[in-house]
Amino acid sequence: MDWIQLAIEAGFGLAFIIVVMSMAGLTVVAERKFCGFIQGRLGPNRTTIPILGSIPFFGRLITRMGLFQLVADGSKFLFKEEIVPGHVNKFYYNLAPIVALIPPLVPLVVLPFGQMTLADGTIRQLIIANVDIGMLVILAFSSLGVYGTVLAGWAANSKYPFMGGIRASAQMISYELTMGLSILPVFLWANVPGSTEGLSIANIVVFQQTHWFVYLQPLTALLFLVALFAETNRAPFDMAESETDLVGGFHTEYGAFKFGIFFVSEYAHVIVGSGLFVLLFLGGSNFLPMLPNPWPVGIPGAILSTLWFIAKTSALVFFFIWIRWTLPRFRYDQVMNLGWKMLLPVAIANLVFVMVLLATITPVAAQ
Amino acid sequence: MPGKVKEIERKPLSLAEKTFLPQIVSGLKVTCANMLRKKVTREYPDVLPPIPPGYRGMPTLVKDPDGREKCVSCQLCEFVCPPKAIRITPGAIPEGSPDAHVEKAPQEFEIDMLRCIYCGMCQEVCPEEAIFLQNKFTLNGLSRQELVFNKERLYEAGGTLQDQHFKWKKKKESEEHGNAQH
Repeated sequence: MDWIQLAIEAGFGLAFIIVVMSMAGLTVVAERKFCGFIQGRLGPNRTTIPILGSIPFFGRLITRMGLFQLVADGSKFLFKEEIVPGHVNKFYYNLAPIVALIPPLVPLVVLPFGQMTLADGTIRQLIIANVDIGMLVILAFSSLGVYGTVLAGWAANSKYPFMGGIRASAQMISYELTMGLSILPVFLWANVPGSTEGLSIANIVVFQQTHWFVYLQPLTALLFLVALFAETNRAPFDMAESETDLVGGFHTEYGAFKFGIFFVSEYAHVIVGSGLFVLLFLGGSNFLPMLPNPWPVGIPGAILSTLWFIAKTSALVFFFIWIRWTLPRFRYDQVMNLGWKMLLPVAIANLVFVMVLLATITPVAAQ
Repeated sequence: MPGKVKEIERKPLSLAEKTFLPQIVSGLKVTCANMLRKKVTREYPDVLPPIPPGYRGMPTLVKDPDGREKCVSCQLCEFVCPPKAIRITPGAIPEGSPDAHVEKAPQEFEIDMLRCIYCGMCQEVCPEEAIFLQNKFTLNGLSRQELVFNKERLYEAGGTLQDQHFKWKKKKESEEHGNAQH
């Protein structure tokens, strides 16, 4: 690989991180805004920046949308005093936010974010690293995500963060199984016998040009979605930070920018998780099921398909927010019961069912 | 309460209920409806709340439509005030003034808004209808001293209110017609 190629891919990676991080910021504002709407309030709508806010129409629009709140929240984290409590293990205490932020960002390299139709009619998936172990990379790194939580819980040397860390790891182990088992049927279906694509996600997106997995395998999609909620530590599965019984959970002892990093990593997790769900079940950058892709040839098509993918991901992020402000948090034993006694058997049964189905009936792929 | 207890059989959950899914969907419907509903937020400093009649806000001194200060410094409000927030220095109205027949007016009238409990007793006790608790409900200052309102500020806050009786004016008129009341 020559260095120009390398530079282009590094540039893409950087752009990807910038997009995801700014989306994480916007998600925070969206979360506050929709939370307000659901509770009959208006959400943040007064924060403004002196000169920008007085631009005739857009200044007011942006103020009312609460977008300046993003700047205010972010800079608040930056300017706060960085307190390290005396009783913590300093090394791990400082390491934990870093460990928490990296796992949601690494899987970006194997997510195909768009597609480009070349002049000769071939379609190329836009992806930084189209490796045939794509899904495995994602699973590996998303499991590493819990280390940030556990490390924070241990390093804080205090009972509530400790409980939060323990819960997070137990929950991760329980739901990782369901997640893995709900991904397998998708790959079984998409890879016809003799295929060399392996666990490549780009292959799944190519497969979904005509039919989406969300209606080919609705149960699998549901299982994956529930496991995704648990993996991202989002309500109703936010056991790790359940603020009613654990104060703030694993980040009780954190403040200022370190807390900000945990906060951002949670939202980055949500965005990457939504992106993954879109890729596996909602057709990735394909237009709509049973309709041909309308993307024009070349760069415009690539941009349009990428925007379409981002739009789908944003819709799913909205769903995450919607769920959070609808459902109460599960009790801890309910989470474990749901994971081990319901989701896991159903996931295994689903896998066996799909295997038998594929072995007896000709799947859509081979038609 | 024997005999009044009604035992309700607890039905086992159906399969659909055990999956939580129907409940989750109905919950999502509720929150979605809420999202689209009119918001109940009142954007306070820009939009002020409606003040109901009879509201007890800041106590103020008022003048009658002729511009006469109504307080005659009888000090009843000072005596009735439960937290002792009112302090009156009585004074006389000088001879030759058009209101000389009223004889007395406060030389100084102070209400400490930090002591005031907005009970409205001063308004109730006032025989001259000179002190009213009006609509103003936000008070702020940079020092305690600043929130002790003197006569000038109390009149400024109170303004002029419609008078039903014109008690002193009528009394003076009847006197002028040779029909003294005392």
